[in-house]
Amino acid sequence: MIPSLPRPLWLRAATMLFVLAFLLFLFMPLATVAVFAFNDAPYPAPPWQGFTLDWFTGNESRGRTGLFSDQELLGSILISMLVASWVTVLSVTVGTTNAFLMERMTFRGQGVLALLMLVPLVIPGVILGISILAFASRVADLLGDVAGFEAEFLRPGLPLVVLGQVSYIIAISTLTISARLKRFDRTLEEAAYNLGASRLAVLGTIVLPYLRPALVGSAAIAFLMSFENFNTTLMLVGADSPLTVMMYGRMRDGATPVLNAVSVFLMVASAAIALALMRGDRRADPRD
Amino acid sequence: MAETTTQASQRLILWLLLAPALIWLLGLILLPHLDLALLSLRERTGPGEYAFGLAQYRTFFSEPLYWDVFVRTATLSVIATALTLLLAFPIAWTIAKLTRGRLSALLFAVCLIPFWVSETVRTLGWMILLRETGVLPSLLVTLGITEVPIEMLYRDATILVGLVYTSLLFMVVPLYGSLESLDDSLIEAGYDLGGNGWTVLRTVVIPHAAPGITAGCIVVFMLTLGNYLTASLLGGKNSLWFTEQIYTQFITRFNWEQGAAFGFLLLALSSVMVWIGLRLSGQRFSDVMSRT
Repeated sequence: MIPSLPRPLWLRAATMLFVLAFLLFLFMPLATVAVFAFNDAPYPAPPWQGFTLDWFTGNESRGRTGLFSDQELLGSILISMLVASWVTVLSVTVGTTNAFLMERMTFRGQGVLALLMLVPLVIPGVILGISILAFASRVADLLGDVAGFEAEFLRPGLPLVVLGQVSYIIAISTLTISARLKRFDRTLEEAAYNLGASRLAVLGTIVLPYLRPALVGSAAIAFLMSFENFNTTLMLVGADSPLTVMMYGRMRDGATPVLNAVSVFLMVASAAIALALMRGDRRADPRD
Repeated sequence: MAETTTQASQRLILWLLLAPALIWLLGLILLPHLDLALLSLRERTGPGEYAFGLAQYRTFFSEPLYWDVFVRTATLSVIATALTLLLAFPIAWTIAKLTRGRLSALLFAVCLIPFWVSETVRTLGWMILLRETGVLPSLLVTLGITEVPIEMLYRDATILVGLVYTSLLFMVVPLYGSLESLDDSLIEAGYDLGGNGWTVLRTVVIPHAAPGITAGCIVVFMLTLGNYLTASLLGGKNSLWFTEQIYTQFITRFNWEQGAAFGFLLLALSSVMVWIGLRLSGQRFSDVMSRT
């Protein structure tokens, strides 16, 4: 079972085959999506009809709308990026204050609070979505009745999508940032205080730079999770559809390879972020 | 005097740090779920009139369709979780124990990369592979295995493949973590004491990896149960997934009371399974969550 013990040849061969089959299983769907983005056919299906860039650049003579001229799809990418930016800023900010709260403070009820912070991770996304939808419209109704104020942002739409996604992404950034803050060597801070530094100076010149890798990492993860979120978003979305919701609608109706084209971009972007993060991790902390 | 000002400023800092956490947990988690619970306990007695009652839950138990879909979703989620564990364990073992250094790191990275890509894209891939005009059915015809292309979508097995695929990452990562920390010499000792592969696995490896196995299973089960995208695209009209019932009640029929009751039932099922998982493996919630 382990290298230090003799393993028969057939077992080693079987392991190798299993790993190869597993990798094929992992990459087959992605490779298929990528290949059919370049197939010269009106639908993403075999047989291979030759290479084309129509599904990126468009081809008016053949009535094909490419990714670069598909306003609806491009618009939804912009919406997703807008939502993801808000989610990133909110999650990293609250994640940081939460990390300081849990690692640097002691107060009554801290244990309960720590447990509560994990709860959003075990609530299915659909339920986070409907509970926020119902609560937000109750608050909006109440504001309308009592104060005569029409709280449009509490009705289905992008602000609610941001709130819905943030509700569980904060939990993830809190875990990431707390984990790093926990390993911080507090004698560094004490040394700075002894040398007469103020609280803010210590925070800005010692603690935050130390936290930087965790902040950057959790920002990237928050952005990606928001960009790819579907379950929560579907329940809270209004007239403007983010990319995943838009793609879902088109996939149900049977779409042209323009969806494959946008997927190729998503794959390249996610791979770039993933590799950058893995690199960054290694450089920031060689012990990990 | 100086003592009290530091104390006061400590208090201020505590409250400043506490505020965002409380706004988040109260405003986005606790109060919305409390509201959802109240909503599910309402029944309509007339136009615009509501009374407290269990009608929504009675509908769930008296209408066989809802109950069947609920049980079906739970059963398929359990099967999908078990399959994910069976598939992920040998891979995690290979990465943690059979490979070393760069190869191990490379294999781990390669296994993670597909999961950085959106679930929508991965599901699109499966649809192109499996639908009647898709890649695999036409491959089967070319190879002479089937006469005509067969529709591989809209079957339970397809939903399971999609769910297992999309969950693998959440199983491989915690399994790898718990297997890597297992000392090889313990396994060797197991063999030296006359154990065979099976007894060593049962008495040494699995007890050591239990926290990782629990963590993976809990997260995978919860994600599968709450899945919407994979189930509805790969299952089509036949998917009969419970989250779709919630969506239908909330968004299509605008029957929020009924949808809220369904949501609570799903949440209850998910919480009960998480609790059972923790009980069976003797783990604590906070330890398990910190592994994922």
